[in-house]
Amino acid sequence: MRMLRVGRWITGIALLLLVGVYIRALVFTPVERLQGLAQKIYYLHVPAAIWTETAIVLVGLASAFYLFLKDPRLDRFAAASAEVGIVFAGVVLTTGPIWGKPIWGTWWTWDARLTSMLFLFLLYVGYLLLRSAVGDPATRARYAAVLGICGMCLVPFIHFSVYLFPTLHPMPIMMKPSPPSMPGSMVVTSLFSVGVFTLLYVGFVVQRYALSYLGEQLEASGEGGSGKGDG
Amino acid sequence: MRSPDLLRHAWAVASKDLLVEFRSRTAIVSVAVFVVLVFVVFQFGHDPTAVSNFDLAPSILWVTFTFAAILALNRAFQLELENQALEGLLLAPIGRGSIYLGKLIANLAFVATIELIGLPLLALFFNVPVLPFLGPLAATIALATVGFVAVGTLFSAMTVRTRFAELLLPVLLLPFMILPLWWAVLATGRLLASRPLSEVAGWLNMLAVYDVVFVTIALLLFPATVNE
Repeated sequence: MRMLRVGRWITGIALLLLVGVYIRALVFTPVERLQGLAQKIYYLHVPAAIWTETAIVLVGLASAFYLFLKDPRLDRFAAASAEVGIVFAGVVLTTGPIWGKPIWGTWWTWDARLTSMLFLFLLYVGYLLLRSAVGDPATRARYAAVLGICGMCLVPFIHFSVYLFPTLHPMPIMMKPSPPSMPGSMVVTSLFSVGVFTLLYVGFVVQRYALSYLGEQLEASGEGGSGKGDG
Repeated sequence: MRSPDLLRHAWAVASKDLLVEFRSRTAIVSVAVFVVLVFVVFQFGHDPTAVSNFDLAPSILWVTFTFAAILALNRAFQLELENQALEGLLLAPIGRGSIYLGKLIANLAFVATIELIGLPLLALFFNVPVLPFLGPLAATIALATVGFVAVGTLFSAMTVRTRFAELLLPVLLLPFMILPLWWAVLATGRLLASRPLSEVAGWLNMLAVYDVVFVTIALLLFPATVNE
């Protein structure tokens, strides 16, 4: 199928560019004075975090439109976005401790930001579990949409609570009202990485979308047998 | 629909549920016993010489209420599965909003009863003086309960018709419960430590915002969980 191929190409290019991000980060970007090489993980951690949050908002928006339009494409997109979101949340939750151990001296701390990322991860898990627990596709789409919208509405609360509590976590150094507090080359690398992650997100979602579409076709034609079409 | 109708119908649904519960009293007695047992588990689940009961009291209170509420919420739509009562309810000439509100009121009454039993028991078992701050504490409990029961009622309408209903509800609901729970624990801790009310006002505001947002969303989304 063409879409699947397109998705594979986008993902392939994005992965190559990710290698580029790291060559740039390691060779052409200065080493942070206090954190040393550990700071390099920033270029993976922050874009993944940005897309974890964005993905859940997109799940919520697609869900809201689904309830009005009942277009199965929106539901398929929401499911794809959630699956990619959970992967990115996984990336954030693994890179975070790897950075945290040398810098904070602990793998994990119950800090507002870490906790909120864990929340998002659990939200995604719940969303995907609910999808797998409902057999009928129309019911599944409706239920998932309800949970998706609720999840999206929870995000501002999670995000807001971050700024209410004293935290160990570094405050945003790029995405804030005042100019970024790091050298230009670091900003360029970060933005480059955010771009690459955008491409990765698109590539993954397109592939996942195409796979669920194929799965549904297979199920509809009766060839799928007991296969749920989860590719 | 006119709003008096909405509330009148909601009350009809709620009173039906409460009447069913009042006639049998099985669920409420079971959950009350559950609350006592969780208190006992907490007592033996920590070393009172290392962590004083007083320090642990807010956590004990909220963990217990959370689990008890989940048990209660699971039951709300389970009732309607027998003899396809839910279909009958949906066929009734009332709005979907009324059904949701009715279920919400019944669940709130149910959970409030458990909390009414749990709070004095907490005071008794863990020697926590609650009387001096009963007003603010009741406000905290009420605000937190409304928030998570609103989301829970919405979710239980969905999970009840899925595989692993009893397990799925807590998995879906707990991420939504943790924030109000967290604020409530912080507020309760400050109250029990006799801190001034101004210190807890922030948490109470957050709880109130959470309630308004999620009751509204649940009211809007409920039709999507029952409409075929």
